[in-house]
Amino acid sequence: MNIAAAVNENFANYSNYLIRSAMFVYALAFLAHLAEWVFGARSRVAVQSAALTGEAEQKSAAPGVTVKVTARGGTTTLERPKVVTRASASDRGIADGPGAAGGSEKGDLYGRIAVSFTVLAWLLHFGGVAFRAASVQRAPWGNMYEFSTTFGMVAVGAYLVLLALKKDVRWIGLFLTTTVLLDLGLALSVLYTSSDQLVPALHSYWLWIHVSCAIISGAVFYLAAVGSLLYLFRDHFEVALTAGRAQDGRWGDIMRRLPSAATLDKFAYRMNALVFPLWTFTIIAGAIWAQAAWGHYWEWDPKETWSFITWVAYAGYLHARATAGWKGRKAAYLALAAFACFLFNYYGVNIFVTGKHSYAGV
Amino acid sequence: MSITQKNGGDAAETPAAEETPQDPEDTGTAGKSDSEELGAAGAQLSTQPADTLAQAPGLGVIGWARWMWRQLTSMRVALILLFLLSLAAIPGSLIPQHSDQLKVDAFKKAHPTISPLYERLGMFHVYSSPWFSAIYILLFVSLAGCIVPRTWQFVGQLRSKPPAAPRNLTRLPAYSTWHTDATPEQVTAAAERALRGRRFRTSVTGGSVAAEKGYLREAGNLLFHVALFGLLIGFAATSLEAAQGGKLIVEGDGFTNNLTQYDDFSGGTLYGKSDLKPFGFTLDSFDATYARTGPERGSGRKFQANIHYWNGADGKPVKGTISVNHPLSIGGEQVYLISHGYAPVVTVKDAKGNIAYQGAVPFLPQDNLGTAIGVVKVPDALGKDGKPDELAFRGIFTPTFALDNVQGPHSSFPALDYPALILNAYHGDLGMDAGLPQNVYQLDTTHMTQLKDDNGELVSKALKPGDTLTLPDGRGSLRFDGVKTWASFTISHQAGNEAALVSGAAAILGLMGSLFIQRRRIWVRALPSQDGTTLVEMGGLGRSESARIADEIGDVALQLQPDAPARPDPDEAPDDDGPDPDQPPGNPAPQTADEGARA
Repeated sequence: MNIAAAVNENFANYSNYLIRSAMFVYALAFLAHLAEWVFGARSRVAVQSAALTGEAEQKSAAPGVTVKVTARGGTTTLERPKVVTRASASDRGIADGPGAAGGSEKGDLYGRIAVSFTVLAWLLHFGGVAFRAASVQRAPWGNMYEFSTTFGMVAVGAYLVLLALKKDVRWIGLFLTTTVLLDLGLALSVLYTSSDQLVPALHSYWLWIHVSCAIISGAVFYLAAVGSLLYLFRDHFEVALTAGRAQDGRWGDIMRRLPSAATLDKFAYRMNALVFPLWTFTIIAGAIWAQAAWGHYWEWDPKETWSFITWVAYAGYLHARATAGWKGRKAAYLALAAFACFLFNYYGVNIFVTGKHSYAGV
Repeated sequence: MSITQKNGGDAAETPAAEETPQDPEDTGTAGKSDSEELGAAGAQLSTQPADTLAQAPGLGVIGWARWMWRQLTSMRVALILLFLLSLAAIPGSLIPQHSDQLKVDAFKKAHPTISPLYERLGMFHVYSSPWFSAIYILLFVSLAGCIVPRTWQFVGQLRSKPPAAPRNLTRLPAYSTWHTDATPEQVTAAAERALRGRRFRTSVTGGSVAAEKGYLREAGNLLFHVALFGLLIGFAATSLEAAQGGKLIVEGDGFTNNLTQYDDFSGGTLYGKSDLKPFGFTLDSFDATYARTGPERGSGRKFQANIHYWNGADGKPVKGTISVNHPLSIGGEQVYLISHGYAPVVTVKDAKGNIAYQGAVPFLPQDNLGTAIGVVKVPDALGKDGKPDELAFRGIFTPTFALDNVQGPHSSFPALDYPALILNAYHGDLGMDAGLPQNVYQLDTTHMTQLKDDNGELVSKALKPGDTLTLPDGRGSLRFDGVKTWASFTISHQAGNEAALVSGAAAILGLMGSLFIQRRRIWVRALPSQDGTTLVEMGGLGRSESARIADEIGDVALQLQPDAPARPDPDEAPDDDGPDPDQPPGNPAPQTADEGARA
């Protein structure tokens, strides 16, 4: 809290330059991802992909394949015994797709370039957010513009962390760069607010805790939602494939390269389950702040109500995923509905509904 | 029939297909296939209730009651209730709620056709309406019916040993085997040591070790659900015992904690008048600073009420401050700063020249730049004939006066840079004698006439401090003496906060346990084989989301190597199909057992 701090115009300008540069580099990453998908298309590696499809069809005809995995590790003197896993990554026996590059070397090169651009763009993006924070001398999420830029930064950051952990998530790249560009574009064109101090209601260390947790939760929920959405597409594709309908078109060619439905479903579940306790904490931290600021920990303010609705929707998803008759597609629809609630809580409630969370214009 | 999905390690496997048709009685639980394939070993890896479709009810009331209870406590119905709960919460966020009566009134005025229907449906108090309550009460009953049996089941699991190894360890999701020269006893002893070292609960029976770990998952799950009841109790305590009242105080005035002093007061059923604690405070001054430049010019930078407060009937006044986010605790009650504004000080003289009213009249700000509206009511004014002729003034106050064609007179900045009071005048009957409570900020003009000057123009004048508005026909005058600030406070008696906070923390802990901890079992069996060596078999069973069980089996196997070194050329696993994922169709692949546990 530094009310008297004069807003540092220079820092604010640096921040804007950095955000715009980040958008430029994200656009390059987007193009590189596009190239990755294009070069990975079937026509370039027709032989290989034909083989892959054939394999998938074969496997679906032969349920219950047991797979041996030999993991060699440990010390030089001891050989790690073989572990046979008989579980499956899929209920259909369809393997993960080869990724956007579709096995083409050129596609893979563009994919790597895209990731490099994404890293560079993220650094610029991070710098933009940091300079914004330095300029206003407070947490850089006091209005919708700042929330949006930080949100995009955390979403890309989470994606890069997953890549750094050697998780195979490059398939998100195209979707993520697209949406981050949209997010930043919207932030700069519609939501932009020059850097300034906050209204006294936001002068609290809870701003750091409550809002940052909301941003992280939302960013990870977003990655999970992409997973769920692609799961629905891929599941549709796999059902058709298993039923023996050929999926040769362009759509099928895109679907073929995605991870299997089971992998996507598991990815979405893990992301959601990982961040659900944090979202719970966000709401509780908000309640503690509300107690300190307004005298009630819970007053059914629109923002509170929609956080609660989002929470219940995600809780429903976590239960549904373990319930027969609900797991699979229905659970994925629930996850998407839950994320829609999160989005409405952010955009809808801020813009259309007035409540105690209305600050600083929008 | 359902498709049972099974997931294993993700990095190092190629998938196998599995489609397990099950009869509807057994949807979603793997109990049946477990009992066939794994015996007790696979059962009870979680206490999650079998998600069964209850059988059609038998005859009689008890049959129906039992059927209803089974329906209510089933996961399906719980999911539907969760869904309904979130749906039911929506209208309350879009329609004004009774906690903000002004908005409700405005809404009713604006929507005269739909409002009666909304009123009957309880749309203006959604969160205390019967239908909303019904949903969450049913949900909690369902929850209770679910977690009570689960808790007992879990306690039973904690008191019993990990289940013995299934007959066929190769059926497990992760499996490892080798031959060693160590004796079976050496192997089981080493295995038990290794597993204990990994904090597994172990039990040795007949040449095999059974081990289980991750009970905290179940404990966390139960803790989370119990914490939800704690939250409900906290909420109930809050709504029954908490109370709060609002009070607007003009600079220089004071407040003592007494029901008659409140502008509005709402208390829970269990909060009585006698619970009001004796304390009070006076508002000495109010500090407000605003952004003078920048894009958010006019938005507040600092609001602080400087007060003197006393606790107890004859407590000594102590200096204190109250600002946003920093309530003051007096005698255990919290005093919050809610809003602030200006109160023009006026002196009204009636036709007789008597001072009919003198004092500060709070005006309510309508926008962020301080344009405020208000009413001066003068019920004591006398007409020229000596009979009561009540006066009233309605208008706006602007801390920084500005005028343009679009907005008319308005304020261009919330600080007192160029204050002005713009008033219209009325005379007649205020209607205050009817005995009905009146809103002091609104004027009922039913029996009042707006005053006009000699030219027939409505009387309207913008006054600077010190200016006087003289009413036509010698009806009197109003002098704008100056401006005071006011601040409004919420005095709140709190209850249930601790219960809610502790439950919230417990819920998060429970969630973390239930979502991040993997419950899993490992069995090690050592049997003498025909060639004089010992066959070591090791199998692991994790939950469907667990990818790590294979790694863990590998780690334990590696750890056993010093005690039970693998012979140079270990046999292949009995049903090892080799690493080739392209198994030709038609090869009779073994049907795998389901893992038996979910979520």
